[in-house]
Amino acid sequence: MSGYTAHFKVWRGDVSGGGLKDFEVEVNDGEVVLDIIHRLQATQAPDLAVRWNCKAGKCGSCSAEINGRPRLMCMTRMSVFGREETITVTPLRAFPVVRDLVTDVGFNYTKAREVPAFVPPAGVAPGEYRMMQEDVDRSQEFRKCIECFLCQDTCHVVRDHEENKQAFAGPRFLMRVAELDMHPLDAAAEAGLDRKTTAQDEHGLGYCNITKCCTEVCPEGIKITDNALIPLKERAVDRKYDPLVWLGSKIRRRSSAG
Amino acid sequence: MSVVDRQEWDVVVVGAGGAGLRAAIEARERGARTAVICKSLFGKAHTVMAEGGIAAAMANVNSGDNWQVHFRDTMRGGKFLNQWRMAELHAQEAPQRVWELETWGALFDRTKDGRIAQRNFGGHEYPRLAHVGDRTGLELIRTLQQKIVSLQQEDFRETGDYESRLKVFQECTVTRVLKEEGRVCGVFAYERESGRFFVLEAPAVVIATGGIGKSFKVTSNSWEYTGDGHALALLAGAPLLNMEFVQFHPTGMVWPPSVKGILVTESVRGDGGVLRNSDGKRFMFDYIPDVFKDKYAETEEEGDRWYDDPDHNRRPPELLPRDEVARAINAEVKEGRGSPHGGVFLDVSTRMPAEVIKRRLPSMYHQFKELADVDITAEAMEVGPTCHYVMGGVAVESDTAAARGVPGLFAAGEVAGGMHGSNRLGGNSLSDLLVFGRRAGWHAAEYAAGLAGARPVVDDVQIDSAAAEALRPFSAEAETEEPAGGPPENPYTLHQELQQTMNDLVGIIRRAPEMEQALEKLAELRLRARRAGVEGHRQFNPGWHLALDLRNMLLVSECVARAALERTESRGGHTREDHPGMDRAWRRINLLCALTDPTGGLAATDPVRGQIALTRETTEPVRADLLALFDKEELVKYLSEEELYE
Repeated sequence: MSGYTAHFKVWRGDVSGGGLKDFEVEVNDGEVVLDIIHRLQATQAPDLAVRWNCKAGKCGSCSAEINGRPRLMCMTRMSVFGREETITVTPLRAFPVVRDLVTDVGFNYTKAREVPAFVPPAGVAPGEYRMMQEDVDRSQEFRKCIECFLCQDTCHVVRDHEENKQAFAGPRFLMRVAELDMHPLDAAAEAGLDRKTTAQDEHGLGYCNITKCCTEVCPEGIKITDNALIPLKERAVDRKYDPLVWLGSKIRRRSSAG
Repeated sequence: MSVVDRQEWDVVVVGAGGAGLRAAIEARERGARTAVICKSLFGKAHTVMAEGGIAAAMANVNSGDNWQVHFRDTMRGGKFLNQWRMAELHAQEAPQRVWELETWGALFDRTKDGRIAQRNFGGHEYPRLAHVGDRTGLELIRTLQQKIVSLQQEDFRETGDYESRLKVFQECTVTRVLKEEGRVCGVFAYERESGRFFVLEAPAVVIATGGIGKSFKVTSNSWEYTGDGHALALLAGAPLLNMEFVQFHPTGMVWPPSVKGILVTESVRGDGGVLRNSDGKRFMFDYIPDVFKDKYAETEEEGDRWYDDPDHNRRPPELLPRDEVARAINAEVKEGRGSPHGGVFLDVSTRMPAEVIKRRLPSMYHQFKELADVDITAEAMEVGPTCHYVMGGVAVESDTAAARGVPGLFAAGEVAGGMHGSNRLGGNSLSDLLVFGRRAGWHAAEYAAGLAGARPVVDDVQIDSAAAEALRPFSAEAETEEPAGGPPENPYTLHQELQQTMNDLVGIIRRAPEMEQALEKLAELRLRARRAGVEGHRQFNPGWHLALDLRNMLLVSECVARAALERTESRGGHTREDHPGMDRAWRRINLLCALTDPTGGLAATDPVRGQIALTRETTEPVRADLLALFDKEELVKYLSEEELYE
């Protein structure tokens, strides 16, 4: 029940370099890793940089790697570690370091902009949208995403291959494409936009080889691979190899804003 | 000598929560080049924490609902202190604002016939809250964020630049609203990442920074809630209204200590959860105040029947407005009938099957399981009051959201005062953000367009003094000799002392001597805060950021304490042990806070005078057709004799 002293190694530094720094710090009952980082700020390292907001797993700001595993610091309880264990906290590896535990996550905002927005159906006035719960369940699952970017961090397509970042949107934004594609009233197709084809051609769906690493780290428990990426792949494949669908899509396309 | 980067925009929105983003969308759609500045990353604003839903009288679940009923509930919840015109606009426009979100891609939970489902909530006569499980705020923020992206995609197609008409400056903090000849001319800000200063020149500024909860120790609010917008408005010369009204949400987590204060959504009670004390008694039946006596069930049986048959039964008292429930919990704990960790029990486990709980309250299930090792489908939660929301805020014109007395300044959302009176109903916050965010963006854009060709200019002197103010925490540490008055102070320590002071002395139950003591402590902290020193450099330095935020927290804390001491009655989010009754004579009185020194001088040493001057103002009478929505017998409880006969 009572407090104890834990050994922490926290990465400190900036773009020019840095390294792990050792700390001995008090831990109390019920605390999470973020509490300990805050205690370091208040008592030993006032300029230790860290992002956080809600402290309840809802905003997705305090992402870091704890003992090498991508996690939210606010949802990682100290009780999951042994008292003798050294706890190592490092910034997300897939993104450039700004300072200490803060990384430049601009990649994600760039990718978000590349996914065409929801297309409202023509002729349906606000207030007249009718959708059945069972038809929105799947997209709602994806909209639980808190954009912590842990899936983007862990996905080896970008984690180990910086050069893929240009062509690959990452699990979070491929899931966004799937969410819109499964939205019962999205009128992208009517506007000449085939989300299945663009997932493949413009967002790099083909790079994903369904190792499910993204699903494993998702703090919201979203089945990214099984429910978003694999179905999207199946639909994209249908598009590619069904000659009728292919022909239809070629004829109907074009009207979209370029 | 200023080498600060300057950019020109039409409208600058400070804050990127629900109100700020809705304002930015509106301003941009009305043709204004719009910049949004926010302290966190885009999409992380505190709005994501809203759980229960958006109140809007769409009448999807109960066809008896309409804007008049919503207006009535809002006025009752606020104990008639609300700016009635705001409450009217809010109730009328909320449905449109919700439906509009669907056209931007939002996916709310559905009714059986495919419309937006609505749930029950405290103080609302009918099921009224559009929701997505218990993560409605996330849906709201994501939808607005994605709408902004879609506008940027439009601009990209036209201009080749995503940010040509609408740009988000994320992880930046505004420290001053700049003025020229009494009018707004821009903002002074720094980038949190680099510490670099910059100025956005704009004739119209919308403040949408949220609340002040970080001045209290136990709070559901995140680090961003340091009263920045309240302080920016004060410093720019705009008065704050009714700052004594602070909402303590009845149900925050109480254990473990590190999560104390984190919100437990009111939906738990809206969906059937009950409150019990250590004797196992549903104590809320003992706490129904006179003004609500005929509207709430008197027996558990009647309360339980209400969930299935609301037309023939009255609602259970667990669904009283938040101020009532918070006070009741406080009283139970004080009288020794609390739970082991100093709260009371909130139980859904005996009220609903486990799978229903997991479906309707997924994030509560997750939160308790992960953070407290409590399975809410099998055992009761322990909960207690937590500082949640400030009803007081920038005094604004109801229709335009324009701040009083400062042309070009607008405010919307939690930072604006008046809408919720003395107590906000759950669900009325998200709708407030949308209704008044839109109105602020609209009128800011219009105001800016009206000044085309005659815009106020930002002068260098103001920029230099804003820069000097922002850099002071570094010099406190760098001076070899002790700065005047004592050694440098640790900003984290000062912050903790401030939070403890407000929590203990200006908290949920207030007494005059304690508030006087609080004002003295605040005066002391103010002086010490001048010596708040920081180590390191300007690049992403949280100690420095906190040292700057302290100015704002100290200003708003003084407003709260001073107004709370002045109002000698109990009403909504202001409870005086020494003045326990609601006094009808106080209903028409608003307290306005302004800076004592109109030149913007800070840190007055005199605790009696302080930095804040209070004035009383009598509000306009409620319009007759709105009063006619209530029974005479009810109005007698709130309105004074002369108001009734007017």
